[in-house]
Amino acid sequence: MKSDPRLIYGLIACLLLAGAPHADHLPAWVSLTGLALLSWRALLCYRGKALPSRRLLMLITLACVAGIVLNLHALFGREAGVTLLILLGSLKMLELRETRDAMILLYLCCFVSITLFFYTQTIPAALLMLGELFLVVTTWLQVQAENLDLRARARMASIILLQAAPLALLMFVFFPRIQGPLWGMPQDAYGSSGLSDTMTPGSLSRLSQSEAVAFRVTFDGAVPERERLYWRGPVLWDFDGRKWSQGRSPVSGPSHLERAAQPVHYTITLEPHNKRWLFALDIPVHISTAAAYSPDFNLLSTTPVNTRLRYDATSFTRYQANPDEAPQQLDRALALPPGYDPRARELAGLWRQQSHSAAEIVQTALAYFHRNGFTYTLEPPLLGRDSVDDFLFNTRQGFCEHYASSFVFLMRAAGIPARVVTGYQGGEYNALGGYYILRQSDAHAWTEVWLPGRGWVRQDPTAAIAPARIQEGLGSAVSDSALLPFFMRNPPQFLSTLRMDLDALTNQWNQWVLGYDSEKQFALLNRFGLGTFDWQNLVTGMALSIAMVVALLAMLMLRQPRRQPIDAVQKLYLDFCHTLERHGIQRDAHEGPQDFSRRASAQLPQHATAIQEIVRQYLALRYRNRVTVAAISAFRHAVRRFKL
Amino acid sequence: MLSFRQKFRNWAFRRTTESGTVVLNQRRIYIVPSRQGLGFAGVLVLMLLGDINYGLSLGYALTFLLAAASGMSMLHTFRNMARIEIRAGRNLPVFAGDNAHFLFHFANPTPFARYRLHLHDDAGHGTVFDLPARSDSAIQLAIPARQRGWLDSGQLTLYSEFPLGLFHAWTYLHFDTRCLVYPQPAAPQLLPEQAAAGDLTGTRSAQGDEDFSGLRNYVSGDSLPRIAWKTLAREQELQVKQFSALQGNKLWLDWHALSQLAVEHRLQLLTRWVLDAEQAGLRYGLRLPDGETGPDHGAAHSSECLRRLALFGTGQA
Repeated sequence: MKSDPRLIYGLIACLLLAGAPHADHLPAWVSLTGLALLSWRALLCYRGKALPSRRLLMLITLACVAGIVLNLHALFGREAGVTLLILLGSLKMLELRETRDAMILLYLCCFVSITLFFYTQTIPAALLMLGELFLVVTTWLQVQAENLDLRARARMASIILLQAAPLALLMFVFFPRIQGPLWGMPQDAYGSSGLSDTMTPGSLSRLSQSEAVAFRVTFDGAVPERERLYWRGPVLWDFDGRKWSQGRSPVSGPSHLERAAQPVHYTITLEPHNKRWLFALDIPVHISTAAAYSPDFNLLSTTPVNTRLRYDATSFTRYQANPDEAPQQLDRALALPPGYDPRARELAGLWRQQSHSAAEIVQTALAYFHRNGFTYTLEPPLLGRDSVDDFLFNTRQGFCEHYASSFVFLMRAAGIPARVVTGYQGGEYNALGGYYILRQSDAHAWTEVWLPGRGWVRQDPTAAIAPARIQEGLGSAVSDSALLPFFMRNPPQFLSTLRMDLDALTNQWNQWVLGYDSEKQFALLNRFGLGTFDWQNLVTGMALSIAMVVALLAMLMLRQPRRQPIDAVQKLYLDFCHTLERHGIQRDAHEGPQDFSRRASAQLPQHATAIQEIVRQYLALRYRNRVTVAAISAFRHAVRRFKL
Repeated sequence: MLSFRQKFRNWAFRRTTESGTVVLNQRRIYIVPSRQGLGFAGVLVLMLLGDINYGLSLGYALTFLLAAASGMSMLHTFRNMARIEIRAGRNLPVFAGDNAHFLFHFANPTPFARYRLHLHDDAGHGTVFDLPARSDSAIQLAIPARQRGWLDSGQLTLYSEFPLGLFHAWTYLHFDTRCLVYPQPAAPQLLPEQAAAGDLTGTRSAQGDEDFSGLRNYVSGDSLPRIAWKTLAREQELQVKQFSALQGNKLWLDWHALSQLAVEHRLQLLTRWVLDAEQAGLRYGLRLPDGETGPDHGAAHSSECLRRLALFGTGQA
């Protein structure tokens, strides 16, 4: 294969565009190595030097593989696979010898492009994919026809891709969606983000600095006031002095609501977080997807949520939750780690002696937080071994997890069953899309105490210190808001609007492109009145519609143009005859150019020179075999200039 | 004896030789996925399995776009061949051992160009060319001429895999075109009467029956003794000396005078002599067992002599 520099640069561009977005999540040395190899190849090509020896390439390959194994501890799995593809692609550039090598590289670029979708499937990623596809097809054309110039190739590639677009759309709509996975997934196939099943001081304040979307909610009917928008997540029971955890699975007990009122209906589109829990408004009673209902009113999906999940749910915002809680559960909700935080226990003991009821103790505790100069901050100081003591009596600066943790500790020490609830609070309204967005920055921790006769009652100590957190959101509540991402610090109005509009677009994208599954497929086709669908109908529909579009495209591509003189010279001569014909000098069918020229010159003596010159040029082009581009354009010029 | 491949082809495609203009249409163009196309189909299946397994919506989109583009490339490949008009041209005679250049006129009457058309014969001698939009192009196919006589172009294959190389579209062409192959000239050897009369080395001969009349440029086949070495030494082009013919001096190139040689060798030597005699500007005639030509002089005469030598004993005319 001739190593055409244009082909080499084209292939390098394809690999770069396919690999560049991966730099975001791959180790830096991978990106640098890939870049170095490609630069080396470009330099060799620019200088016209020979490719490196096989032995050297083998050494580099082994070094790369060793690097992957050492760095990622695997050769398979998502991360290692992508790394391997990118590095091997760059190395393949350095031993590009045959047409087949170039084709393999182009296939590889397609694979690298597709692996990007493990990490991101946003609109920009889709646009990037289209750009890469265009580049790949343009380079592909160069492999097949090396003498085609860049413009012609780009034009051809656009035509092919534009023709492919409607067909691809039909396939996308009709191709039966099979619920994966078909085989076992690599361990690291999905990243996890968002809440975890444990809580330590600092875990939520770190999460609150992420603007990533946790889920989106559309309400069906009235929307509860913001103070009631508590989105329930994992409930934490066990405390080891520092860390709250779900502990062992809760004893199976009853979970029922009494005097439930004010139902709220809504639909949640949950972003994948790779955990089992499903968020719902406090307290959910019904959900449209397969889920288990734990005794602490938590919804658990049957499998980890690793794709975007949409479900309808119903919740009651007024309720009495488990007023007859099982004694074992109440014991669990009173357990404290021995030997920790003596001063907090002492304070709680004091409250217990002074109060007449559990409700009074709760009020005392909330008032305590309100009065004693506690502040709400994103960057609380570090705490010592007795973290609750340290927080309550020394630092007095904390984020919601500090307040929830110490409040529950105090309640348990005072003999009131209590537990920590994590989840999200609030929500930002998107007027364009008509839905609420819950971001990781809305992550929150609050508490529930069990009061006799009333069951589990929500108490949010954060509301006692920073009511603005609950009423307006994090940006207005913390003193050190400079630490927050830009959009949470009350940005200019038009930027917020723009951001909301973009999010509405993203939401549509998520619902219709990324979330397009068999259910949506059937719903869409039913909407077009195409009857009920099973997968056989889908395949038939796909085949028929594709055949129709292909037939249409084939007709457009292969249609016979109206019969016209095929060559430019003939056409120009006929134009010239036509000009004369309009002035009454009609060429007879049998009349040759010279005879016609003589006759026309005789009739139009004032144009004789021009007529004879045109006919002379025509004869030269036609019969003297002097066809050059310049001669044709001179002839064209003469005919166009000829006016009567 | 026809090869199996050819037999199959004759049976399957029922092509006989054709004359006039052939227009490629859907009845003449066959199209199947190429080996690369099958490979790419495998790549697409792998991608689709990945998309299903990982539920990648955009992966589906990319896979379907690639699949649709490769499907559409089939139409493009077909269109790259369709409606080309082909007719055979006039082929100039060649000497055995050289390449016969079969000439074909390809007309592309459509407003789009055709790229990467391959024309080849069964032995794999081929050429690759493009056809600009709305134009005629003369395409030469060089096929080695091994034997004297008429050389048939044989069944030719015209194929194209443009634009993506995923589909192979082809057609068979078998025109009733042939190329005359003269016998391969023997190594230079003195003309029969010159051998008797002495060498012609450029100096005046003793008899003085030839006159140096000038120089002309060298063409292949000129005999070495005639090369003007002096002009070459002056770094001019390679030239040969010409001698004026002497009217009335006839030279007979006689088959029967060479009875000690094998048939083909005789023909080769006679070919050499015809060329040399023509070049020397002599009046010469050719005497073969099936008749005689000449004596005469000139391009038409030499062509006729060579033609008789080429076809001698082949039963062709």
